[in-house]
Order: sequence, then structure tokens, then C-alpha cells
Amino acid sequence: MLNYDIVIIGGGPAGLAAAISAKDSGVDSILILERDKELGGILNQCIHNGFGLHTFKEELTGPEYAGRFIEQVYDRNIEYKLNTMVMDISSDKVVTAMNRTDGMIQIQAKAVILAMGCRERSRGALNIPGYRPAGIYSAGTAQRLVNREGFMPGKEVVILGSGDIGLIMARRMTLEGAKVKVVAELMPYSGGLKRNIVQCLEDFGIPLKLSHTVVDIEGRDRVKAVTIAKVDSNNKPIPGTEERYECDTLLLSCGLLPENELSKSAGVDLSMVTNGPVVNDSLETNVPGIFACGNVLHVHDLVDYVSEEATTAGKNASDYIRNTASASSDKQVKINTECGVRYSVPVFVRPDKMNDKLTVRFRVGNVYKNVNLCVYANDTLLMKLPKKVMAPGEMEQVILLKSKLNEIADLNTITIKIEEA
Amino acid sequence: METRELNCIVCPMGCPITVTIENNEVTSVTGNTCPRGEEYAKQEVISPIRTVTSTVKVSGGEWPTVSCKTKSEIPKGKIFEIMDSLKGVSVQAPVKIGDVLIANIADTGVDIVATSNVEVL
Repeated sequence: MLNYDIVIIGGGPAGLAAAISAKDSGVDSILILERDKELGGILNQCIHNGFGLHTFKEELTGPEYAGRFIEQVYDRNIEYKLNTMVMDISSDKVVTAMNRTDGMIQIQAKAVILAMGCRERSRGALNIPGYRPAGIYSAGTAQRLVNREGFMPGKEVVILGSGDIGLIMARRMTLEGAKVKVVAELMPYSGGLKRNIVQCLEDFGIPLKLSHTVVDIEGRDRVKAVTIAKVDSNNKPIPGTEERYECDTLLLSCGLLPENELSKSAGVDLSMVTNGPVVNDSLETNVPGIFACGNVLHVHDLVDYVSEEATTAGKNASDYIRNTASASSDKQVKINTECGVRYSVPVFVRPDKMNDKLTVRFRVGNVYKNVNLCVYANDTLLMKLPKKVMAPGEMEQVILLKSKLNEIADLNTITIKIEEA
Repeated sequence: METRELNCIVCPMGCPITVTIENNEVTSVTGNTCPRGEEYAKQEVISPIRTVTSTVKVSGGEWPTVSCKTKSEIPKGKIFEIMDSLKGVSVQAPVKIGDVLIANIADTGVDIVATSNVEVL
């Protein structure tokens, strides 16, 4: 059995930032486990620019952003294992992993940081009717093929879902000579950033059809055509609105799901909304000493926020090791989310132990214009922030102050909700 | 006189902006709700600029391609010319972030630089 103070599961942006922060907080015994053949995670295939505006005040591409963190990991001599698949994490923090050089290994950690990221929603999860020919890819798979393996997966493309990866791939495939015929989106609004709608679709005259979905895929061996149709307010296809597009490729960009199989095996409670762990203000799960950050916790739009969150997790994990008094005995107050606010990270706040400032991130369930975002402690209004626009595709945040919360007598709930202006 | 409809990309508001142009000069910007929107709209209608990101082939490397970008923004109209110029290019591993892969791509005065490291296989 190997022993490390902190074992970090995943060497993407979250894992890298968590490792750097834990090291800088004084922990020397750190191990990053990464299943791919290099550090950096999904950023390595995100070759477009727009990363790092918050962190580095300049626009970097994905590999450049990852590169800056990888350099910091090298500079600090933080240990990592590549090509290593973690098979299990136990509730007493024994990590079981395997690779081709070490075989099966077990590592006893004092603290574990979950940084496994997320996975794309697959065709199976979408229930798309039709044949099951070759030529159907998740947008991220196509991105890996084009940008890393140097291989174009098709020539004539239909994209279902207007998430950012789908939009980015619409542009990328177009630049590489493919014809992207249409992007269909089930919802009446796009899940992607406005900037991507303009620079990836409008720049190239690619139509975006909102409230549309795929109702048929033709082709036995290879995709031959895809039929899309308009949907009604219950997302049911409307007969007579079908449009058939001849194509050889269908890309799916229909949302990301935090990848938490390992968290479950460790006994970590998951949120029904985010599919990520339920954490307190220190990003610790219900299992003492197991922390979570990045897209495994909840899906982010900006990697800058992933790095920030992971930096917090790394610091808190090192604090936990130095002071193993379990947080579970502390008083915890639940953050309720209602009236359009879908969830919050964290879910629990420890008013006595929290940092002076706590960033609470969340998403809303619809497009809201000219509303007030309100935060209550018990029944006392703490904050009323006027918002011109809020959309599901843009993560929101509020900052809770310890001093304000501690002014409230018998604090037992915090509520975040949207109110009409 | 010509009018152009734009969606502002400066912030999540996504204001629909109408720009009127006369003799290649912006005469009015309406629909924006902040000064940054006006600035964006003017730039976008007179001389839109973009950063192009793509890949070029690598020989002898651990990966078959290396990611790259125009070191600064280029006129939007040059995008496909730049993509064409990248097509036949192959570079030798190792490649480091920031290496100039092609100088003055498509006569834009802008270099194509590597955005990832590719080690020798």
C-alpha cells in the first residue's frame, strides 16, 4: 500500500489547480492520477481561444491555458501518474488504481480531491429514434479526432444541441472543409455563449433552429440523412414540420454530466440536479476528507472558475489534513434554491467555520429579464441584486459574507431566489 | 446609407444592435445598452477581426498534429485564405508553445504560432 497525504483524481484543469494550491499550502505528499497519456485534460483538445480572461487577463487557447498550470506542477515537483485508471475509492480513502507499469496499486490517502470532470450525454441517453449507423459522434469525440488525431470524421454535418462544444465544432468542421448544414436545439434558447453563436454560426451562415430536435436518422452502415422537426411547448415533435438533411455525420452536443461513479463507490452523496457531490462551504463532501471541484462537482462554462474553485479545494484539503477534527460536528446551514434558481454549490454553509467571503455559484432554469436576485438568511433579506438578464447557459454567483450571516440570530436557512422587479 | 443588424457579444445581455453606415463610416449605433456595445458594433461593421485557431501536421511527434493560432487578430475576410495556407504545411517535432510555425500567414503580417507542445515520439 502506498501512502500520500492528498490523492487527486484527474489531471485536468481542476486537478492541476488543486494540486498547485495544496502544495503551496504546505502539503508535500501529493499524487495526481490521470487516465490519459498527458496532463491537461479536455483543454488539450480545446484549441480555440477565449480561455483565461479572468485568470491571466489575456485570451489563451485551451492547451496554452493547461500548459501554464502544467508548468507550475512541474516547477513544484508534484508527483503524477499518467495512463492510470482509478477503479475504486473507499469511504476510508483507499484509492485503487491500475496502469501498465505498476499493475494494480492501492493508495491510502489522508484526503482525496475528486477532479474527474464530466462526460457528454450520449445518443443512448437522448432516445433518438432511427438506425444506428456509423457517423454519429459526440461533439467532444469529433473534437478529439479533428484536433488531436488529425482525422476528419465527416464531410456533411448536422449538429443536435447548441452547447458550446457543438458550436465550436460547427466552426472547426467548416474551417476544415466540411459543410455544416444546420444546428438543431430542442430548447427555445441556446445553451451556448452568445459569443459562440455569433463567431461560430453567424460568421459562417450556419442556421440555428431553436425548438427543433432529431426525429429520424437514416442509413444502415453510414448516416445518409437526418430529419429534424419543430417541437411544441412539451418538447414533442409537431407532425408536418419535418425537414430532411442529407448528411454523413451527426454530432451530439446535448449537455454534460459530471462523472461520479467513483464518488458513489466512496459513499459520496450526489445532488439530483447537478449529478455532482453535495458539498459544504469548504467543498468537502459528506465523506470526511473527500473534496470535489471542477466539472465533477457541477458543469462550468468558464475554466477560470474551475481553476478558482479547485484552488479553494486544494487549500481546504490541506487544512483538513493539518486539523483532522471532522467538520461533520460543525453546525451546517442549508442553502435553499427556489423560484428559478436550480441549485447551488455549495449546498451547506458552516457559519462558524466558513471563510470571511464565500462564493456561491448556481444556475437558473430559464431566461429571465429585469428581475431581482434575492438572498435571504432565515426571513431577513440579505441581498437584492437587480439583473438585466439571466440565462441557463451562464453560471451566476453571489458572495456571502461571514460577518453578515453571523449577525442573524438562530440562522437555520439561507435562500437564493429570483423575484420580479 | 446602409443598416446592419448585429447581436452584441460583449456580455450575456446580447443586445440586438442596429448600425447605420454611410461612406464606410458609422453614423449611428442603436439598441446597445452600454458604451462597450457601441465600440464592438463599430469595429464589427467597419473591420471585423478574429483570431484563427487550427492545427498543422507534425512529423516524428507523439501526436500527428499540433494546435496553432494567429498570434494576433486578423481581418475576418482572411479566415479561409489562412486555412488554405495551413493545408500543406508539416512541421518537425519537437514543437513548443509559442514557436513560429509560419511567418506572415497569407500576407496578413501575422505569424502562426504553436499553442501546444509536441514531443519527439
